[in-house]
Amino acid sequence: MNNRPELTMKGSEPTSARLVITLGFAGLLSGLIIVSVYEATLPTITAYKAKVLKEAVFKVLPGVSNMQRLTYKEGGMTPATGEEEEEDVVFGGYDANGRLIGYAVPNAGPGFQDTIRLLYGYLPQERKVVGMEILQSRETPGLGDKIYKDAAFVANFEKLSVDPEIVTVKKGRKSAPNEVDAITGATISSKAVVQIINRGNQRWVPRFSGSETMPKPTPVGGQ
Amino acid sequence: MVRKKKEDVYQEFIKGLWRDNPVFVQVLGMCPMLAVTNSAVNALAMGGATFFVLVASSFLVSSLKSWIPKQVRISTYIIIIATFVTVTDFTLEALVPTIHKELGAFIPLIVANCMILGRQEAFASRNSVRLAVIDALGMASGFLFALFALGSVREILGEGALFGVPLFGPHFEPWVIMILPPGGFLTLGLLLLFFNWVKERKDRLAAQLAEGEAS
Repeated sequence: MNNRPELTMKGSEPTSARLVITLGFAGLLSGLIIVSVYEATLPTITAYKAKVLKEAVFKVLPGVSNMQRLTYKEGGMTPATGEEEEEDVVFGGYDANGRLIGYAVPNAGPGFQDTIRLLYGYLPQERKVVGMEILQSRETPGLGDKIYKDAAFVANFEKLSVDPEIVTVKKGRKSAPNEVDAITGATISSKAVVQIINRGNQRWVPRFSGSETMPKPTPVGGQ
Repeated sequence: MVRKKKEDVYQEFIKGLWRDNPVFVQVLGMCPMLAVTNSAVNALAMGGATFFVLVASSFLVSSLKSWIPKQVRISTYIIIIATFVTVTDFTLEALVPTIHKELGAFIPLIVANCMILGRQEAFASRNSVRLAVIDALGMASGFLFALFALGSVREILGEGALFGVPLFGPHFEPWVIMILPPGGFLTLGLLLLFFNWVKERKDRLAAQLAEGEAS
């Protein structure tokens, strides 16, 4: 009963065709299974990612009740068509009357261990950063992960002037409106966050102020 | 004869859990062991994913063993294992996205866990489906137990918490090193030491008993 493959194969070597067919069949089955599981889980995964992003936008832009994907085109901010590269898109946040409040800017950059992806809220009229949310990071647990676990550090970004640019200072030394108290023991991660926001500002702030007409939300709500 | 069979089943199961524990005795699968055991929850999720992959692969490999020509067996095992790993990866991402984010690249790396391929080659491809599944259950439980032991020790000392629940109050200063890679090596070393000590003590006791009986 207990026929081991080694024993049954003795004497008759399997033909090359048989080997190819076995592997090909295994590959085919595996492909079918993987594709069906991928198709089955994709809607849930996309929905979750969209939900996380939407929550992040509402979190970094207080008082916003509506959002829309925007891009920079021909000297102004216009609704994104969906064909843009991911890095050319920001999110406009509107209040209940459809008035533009501010922008949520996604940006990424090198952290201490891996790329940090974050989203921050920016008010063009006040030239202020009003919120920051880390979307993805693999910073050291217990130290670098305080960039999102330490409420005091995150609070730094709730009323932060961007002029001339944001700088990190040693913890407890914050005195100017454009300074951020770094996390003790995670200076590199703190600086990385500030650097990512500064880079985002260099790129987007001139574009925001350059656009004279504020983009209106599309009638469908643009959610 | 029947009794012996029952014992066999029990032995096959307990072998993976304790006597031949894949981590503490065979010292296999060290990569996920050290990388994702910085908290108890991560360790359990990783252990659970490995558990599913190992049991499912062992079942399939031992069911198909007479159809798989031995010249292409390793590639076939890898295809089987990789399929289950990919399925696990997507499922975790859809069901528990926060944990999936924490584990990151280490879920796909289960494919390369030598413990899993080792079980297929050394056991599942040579034994009945029933024994192969029992062996896989034992080994997977042993791996899960080891991951959890490491993860909970590191979380308790490194963050003063277990499953995110603080244990020692606000005045506890966490030993940050336990969360960092060196903490993984330290804890693993101490646990290996403990297991070897237990084993040696048991052997000595057995030897003493045998001596006492002889005299």
